[in-house]
Amino acid sequence: MEVVFQLLLSGISQGCVYGLIALGFVLIYKATEMVNFAQGEIMMLGAFFAFTFISILELNFFLAVAATIVSMAICGALLERVVLRPMIGEPPFSVLMLTIGLGFLLRAIAGAVWGSEPKSLSAPYTGGVFNVSGVIIGYENLVIIAGTALLCSLLFVFFKFSRLGIAMQAASQNQLAAYYVGIPVKRIYSMVWALSAAISAVAGILVAPVSLIDPLMGFIGIKAFAAAIVGGFGSLPGAIVGGLIIGIVEQFASLYLPPGFSDVTAYVILLLMLLIRPEGIFATMQRKKV
Amino acid sequence: MSMLELTNIETYYGPIMAIRGISMQIEENQITVVLGANGAGKTTVLKTICGAMDPQKGKIKFDDQEIAKQDPDQIARRGIGHVPEGREVFPFLTVAENLKMGAFSRSDGDVDQDLDTVYEYFPILKEKHHQQAGFLSGGQQQMLAIGRALMLRPRLMLLDEPSLGLSPRLVHKITEIIKRLNTEQQMTILLVEQNAKMALDIGDYGYVMELGRIVMEDTCERLRTATDIQEFYLGMKDEGVRGRRRWKHRKTWR
Ligand SMILES: Nc1ncnc2c1ncn2[C@@H]1O[C@H](COP(=O)(O)OP(=O)(O)O)[C@@H](O)[C@H]1O
Ligand SMILES: [Mg+2]
Repeated sequence: MEVVFQLLLSGISQGCVYGLIALGFVLIYKATEMVNFAQGEIMMLGAFFAFTFISILELNFFLAVAATIVSMAICGALLERVVLRPMIGEPPFSVLMLTIGLGFLLRAIAGAVWGSEPKSLSAPYTGGVFNVSGVIIGYENLVIIAGTALLCSLLFVFFKFSRLGIAMQAASQNQLAAYYVGIPVKRIYSMVWALSAAISAVAGILVAPVSLIDPLMGFIGIKAFAAAIVGGFGSLPGAIVGGLIIGIVEQFASLYLPPGFSDVTAYVILLLMLLIRPEGIFATMQRKKV
Repeated sequence: MSMLELTNIETYYGPIMAIRGISMQIEENQITVVLGANGAGKTTVLKTICGAMDPQKGKIKFDDQEIAKQDPDQIARRGIGHVPEGREVFPFLTVAENLKMGAFSRSDGDVDQDLDTVYEYFPILKEKHHQQAGFLSGGQQQMLAIGRALMLRPRLMLLDEPSLGLSPRLVHKITEIIKRLNTEQQMTILLVEQNAKMALDIGDYGYVMELGRIVMEDTCERLRTATDIQEFYLGMKDEGVRGRRRWKHRKTWR
């Protein structure tokens, strides 16, 4: 029984990380209809930024977190402005290739700047555990779950009540109409990229203490992409739910299935989902007009 | 000086030339109407004015300032509201959110007051302010689209076939609203219509478009009595030799 709880807990915390990266995918896709395959690498960059601020510059942890989020948001906006905006009007396939290339580029840059041997990040809460009647709960996992919950609540409030949040929804529901009412759609796209990069940075900060930081850690972006599709690629709650499903199933697969299987669970789930319910869990009826 | 002045505008969809050199003057406080059959290029003219499409050639002056090739949101901020063809509401936002988005570019404190004004024009929107716009009926969406454009406090309002697909009763209602906006709020209006009767009834000056060109322009009063307009738009066509003679001409209208 303890084992089940243990797996569930680590599954949820891993799933939160997938979910947050998936959120980044979905946000950008909903707003701009581009799929950013460099989303995992943006998370990786966020983790390296956090490493730099915490371990190299030795900033106060909370200050370092804030600095990471802000600087990654700026990076996201810059990426949109410099790399993606000139691609407006190009075929989706070209944009896709471009973001895949961007992923390569970010990996190479990270390797050149920080080196390829894995780094570990120590947060103030690293190493602490709860022991609840046999179930060991690492503080890191709790922080991941709580951090994700907090971030999701903030995002909910932002999209529901803030003028900017509603304008982002408006721009993604009907781009032309958004223009007609005077919403600066291009600037909104930059802000969506900034938001998406900031969320990925949070994912990077949260996951860094439990996994090592290296230029290849962004590959979990592929699993997050699967999570986004499972959730219905267009639904923000779906991204988190998809992430959780994949995270949890993966953990159980790692124990109950032969070694090696856990790494493919994400794709098996994706495949099953595409067969059973291709529109994903939270299907959105949204048809976008451009 | 006209409020809006188009000079020799040419607009393309890729290689297709949709607007073939159009000049228009829209005078302040007037209702200017543009008539023309499907595919004549009316919508494209509005899209070119509001910046959704860039003209290949020509000038667009609003308040004597060149606005061609600016982004549509910048043009909207100058005070040009747009009620697009097909309403184009934000389907998953509520009615109230849609209206508030209409005022996105404004920072003055009168937005709430204008919201009340819109609700006064369209009481049904107040009733449904909490509903998602996608679930409204066509007529209600049209009112929402007009209300949303009003929230910008435009000086010039572009309306693209607001009567399309509405019942005669609703067409009458929308017509009344357009008249009221013009008289009560001194709003300048550019109305595109296939419903020539409705348009000529409320318009001051009119243009007739065909295949991307303006083929006729005059005061609405005189357009109402022009034979071609009566035949092709007001359904007062007389049959016989005259009708046959016009046949070749007519093929291009619809
Ligand atoms: N998206 C488009 N792509 C290519 N051609 C278009 C497009 N939209 C309109 N057209 C063409 O441009 C011409 C003018 O269209 P439009 O401005 O919509 O006419 P109207 O509003 O008067 O019905 C038509 O011949 C139409 O076929
Ligand atoms: Mg049209």
